[in-house]
Amino acid sequence: MPAASEAPVIEFRDVSYTVSGTQVIANLNLRVDRGETLVLLGRSGSGKTTTLKLINRLVSPTSGQVLVNGNPTAQGDVIQLRRGIGYVIQEVGLFPHFTVERNVAIVPKIEGWTSERIQPRVQELLKLVGLPAELASRYPHQLSGGQRQRVGFARALAADPEILLMDEPFGALDPLTRDELQREFLALQQRLNKTVVFVTHDLREALRLGSRIALMEAGKLVTVLTPHEFLKSTDRWAAAYVKAFGDGLEAAANRGTS
Amino acid sequence: MNVIHFMLRNHTQVLELSLEHLWLVGLSTAFAILIGVPLGIVIAHRPRFNKPVLAGANIIQTIPSLALFGFLLPVPWLGSRSDRLAILALTLYALLPIIRNTYTGICGVDSAVIEAARGMGLTESQMLFQVELPLAASVILSGVRIAVVISVGLATIAAAIGAGGLGEFIFRGLAMVDDRVILAGAIPAAVLALAADVGVGVIERRLRPR
Repeated sequence: MPAASEAPVIEFRDVSYTVSGTQVIANLNLRVDRGETLVLLGRSGSGKTTTLKLINRLVSPTSGQVLVNGNPTAQGDVIQLRRGIGYVIQEVGLFPHFTVERNVAIVPKIEGWTSERIQPRVQELLKLVGLPAELASRYPHQLSGGQRQRVGFARALAADPEILLMDEPFGALDPLTRDELQREFLALQQRLNKTVVFVTHDLREALRLGSRIALMEAGKLVTVLTPHEFLKSTDRWAAAYVKAFGDGLEAAANRGTS
Repeated sequence: MNVIHFMLRNHTQVLELSLEHLWLVGLSTAFAILIGVPLGIVIAHRPRFNKPVLAGANIIQTIPSLALFGFLLPVPWLGSRSDRLAILALTLYALLPIIRNTYTGICGVDSAVIEAARGMGLTESQMLFQVELPLAASVILSGVRIAVVISVGLATIAAAIGAGGLGEFIFRGLAMVDDRVILAGAIPAAVLALAADVGVGVIERRLRPR
């Protein structure tokens, strides 16, 4: 037997999801490996967000199985599953009645950490996502959009989950802030090595952040390619994407570093 | 002799009836909160119950208050003590604003906050007590405020079945065709309503999410 490659962290086995007669996801088979950033790319309604929600069971498959670390998510405790997975969404969803500090501390707190352990962790996280410590006592409405998303990111990382799910986290930000956060995300990901599933409709963002890009169309997985393969792909949908986004994509695929 | 003189001369009775009035309103509001808030929470989470529950509370509100007191008179344990009966009727009337505002308040919580909370692995009860209720609190309280103000007015009718309260003065004044006696009941009732409105309003503003 050949040396088996490491088991995938997340695996979709023939997953379909149907809601009131409409098939949202059809026979999805997909593996996400440890430490990679898999980008789910597709237009609105292609099923990429649903795919993401199947991982932390905000949505349950109609048929097929989703496995996280080899365990079917349908079995086992959904609360524990979710606490082990960081979740970042476009609207951020910070608790408006909690300070930044309490927002970041939500998961550690419900996981029963002591406050002696939570306090330094919050400070560490704020620093990690590039927020000044004095923001800790502010409320979400006192922050800018970029700062809010940084807090959302810190909150997702709080209990040091192995997996991060990110649903268009930078989609609502202005171009400059988005560029800044993408750059910081890349730098952070190099240090943290989380297994990330990242949803976007922005090809440039996908090329820049993803180690692999899973292209979805109408509930089906079209193809999974690395950024460089994607640019050269002759696949109809991939080519359409590249054409729609035009010039300068090479630079994005080179992660803007060269 | 004007109203002020009359009230001063009978100040012990004014005070006594005001306290009785407060007792009727306070207790019925407390019951209405204990029943209404959980009902509001249930219908916010289980939409198929929302129509029947709200319709039921609505229908109760349409029953004229005197008629409701009358309907309840034959009920065994209740009919024998008019204050119990009055408290039950006032509780029923206070339900609608409390149920409806609890429902509206919880449904009005930003869906992104709910999704983030669920995604982070909060349990249903953690969601309720840490997210939904705190964020809905000011809306729920404005329902309580409406309920209290309505109850203070309605409780004057309770005197018709002998449950006491400031309505005693009003009914007596009507029978005696004496404005001063009517006003000796109506003025303290109005003051109570205003005070309750302002008092609950202050708490409500304090709970308003930023």
